[in-house]
Amino acid sequence: MELEILKSEIEAAIPDCRLEIVPNPAPSAQHSLRVAPEHGLAVAFFLRDSCQFDFCTNVTGVDWPAKELTEKIKVKQLVDGEEKEVDQVRKTTVPGSLEAVYHLYSVERGLGPLPLRMRTTDRESGVHLPSLTSVWRSAEFQEREIYDLYGIVFDGHPDLRRILMWDGFEDHPMRRDYVEPDDYEYEPTAHDEVLARAKEHAAKANTV
Amino acid sequence: MDENLKAELSKQGIFATTLQELYNWGRKSSIWPLNFGLACCAIEMIATTMARYDLARFGAEVFRPSPRQADLMIVAGTVTKKMAPQVVRLYNQMPEPKYVISMGACAISGGPFKQGYNVLKGIDRFIPVDIYIPGCPPRPEALLDAFMALQKKIDGQVLTGEDRPRHLVKSEPSEYIIPEFGPHDIQPTHNPGIWQAPSLVQITPAVQAGTDGTRNTEV
Repeated sequence: MELEILKSEIEAAIPDCRLEIVPNPAPSAQHSLRVAPEHGLAVAFFLRDSCQFDFCTNVTGVDWPAKELTEKIKVKQLVDGEEKEVDQVRKTTVPGSLEAVYHLYSVERGLGPLPLRMRTTDRESGVHLPSLTSVWRSAEFQEREIYDLYGIVFDGHPDLRRILMWDGFEDHPMRRDYVEPDDYEYEPTAHDEVLARAKEHAAKANTV
Repeated sequence: MDENLKAELSKQGIFATTLQELYNWGRKSSIWPLNFGLACCAIEMIATTMARYDLARFGAEVFRPSPRQADLMIVAGTVTKKMAPQVVRLYNQMPEPKYVISMGACAISGGPFKQGYNVLKGIDRFIPVDIYIPGCPPRPEALLDAFMALQKKIDGQVLTGEDRPRHLVKSEPSEYIIPEFGPHDIQPTHNPGIWQAPSLVQITPAVQAGTDGTRNTEV
C-alpha cells in the first residue's frame, strides 16, 4: 500500500513522529494520514519538499463530540462460593476533539488526494493546532473558516479572524452542540426537526 | 373625469388628463432599480436586463450604482445576517418614493437555507416589500411580471385621502432600523413595526349538521 510506504518515509525522515493511517472502508478507499499536532508542521514541510505534495485544494474541519461506549465483558466473580463468569456492562467515555483535514495533491507526480488529519486534545481549551499556511498558502482562508465555524485556533496563522460570521459573534455554528437562536416564530411548512422546534417556541411564547 | 368625455375630446385633438394620472404615469414609466445582487437570483436579474428579455421596454434599464438615484430595490438572493444591515442601510439611503421587489425564495423567507445559522428569514422582516416573486431562482419572465405588477400598483395609487401611498403619509417612516451584530444573532431579529409573525390557522374538517346532532344524542 502506497500510504504505508509514505508513512515509513516520513518516519525515517522525522524521528519519533507519531503517525497513524486512518483506513476508509468505503469503495473509494481514500485512506488518510493522521499526524500528531506537534509534528504537523515538520510533516507538512516534508510532504511538500521531499514528496512533491505541492497543492492543497481543501481544508475542512470535523467535530468529534465526546461519546460514551458501552461494552459487555465477562468478569469472574464468586457467586455462592463458586467462581462463575458474570456479564458486566462497562461504560467508557471517549473524549471529544476537533479535527482539521487537509486535502493534498501532487501535480508534479500525479498523486492524490492525500487527506492529512490533525486532532486537537479536546473541544474546550486545548483547541490549538499548528497553522499550515506557511507550507501551503491556499490554506489561509480555509483555516480562517475552520476557526470561524469550528473554533480551532491555528497557531502561526498570519491573520486569524472570523471570515463568514461577524466579529463579535461568539459561537461556532458547525459544532455539533451549537444552539441556534430561537427564531421559530413563523414556520408555515414545518416538519420533523423544524416542527419540533416551532412547537417548542410556541409553548414558550404562550407561557410568557 | 368621465372616460367617455375624455375619449371624445381626444378625437377632437384635445388631450385631457389629471395630475394624478400624469404623476403616476411618470413614476411607473421610469422605475430605476438599484444595481446590486446577492446570489444566483441576481444572474436572472442581469439576464432580464439583457437583449433577449429587455427590461428597457418598461423604462427600467438604467440600473443605478448609487441608492441616491434609485427608485426600486430588487432584493435578488439570499440575505445573510451579515449582509442584512447593509441591505437595510441601502434602502434607507434611497429617496422616496421607493419600492422593493423581493425576488426568489430566499429573499421572501430564507428559502432552502431558512434554517441556516447565518440566513435572514425574509427581507420583509426589516423593510416593507411591495412585490414578492416566488421561484428558485425565478425566471426572467417572472421578474418582468413583477415589474408589470408594480407598474399596475403605482398606476392605481391615489394621491390624496386615506388610501394614499406610504411615501405621501407624513407619519410613515422613510427609514427603518438597521439591525446590529449581537453575540449570537442580529439585534433586533426583526422590525416589529413592519413585521409580526402571522398566526397560523388550524384547519379542522367540517362537520355536517345532521350527523353532528345524532352523534350528540348518542353521547
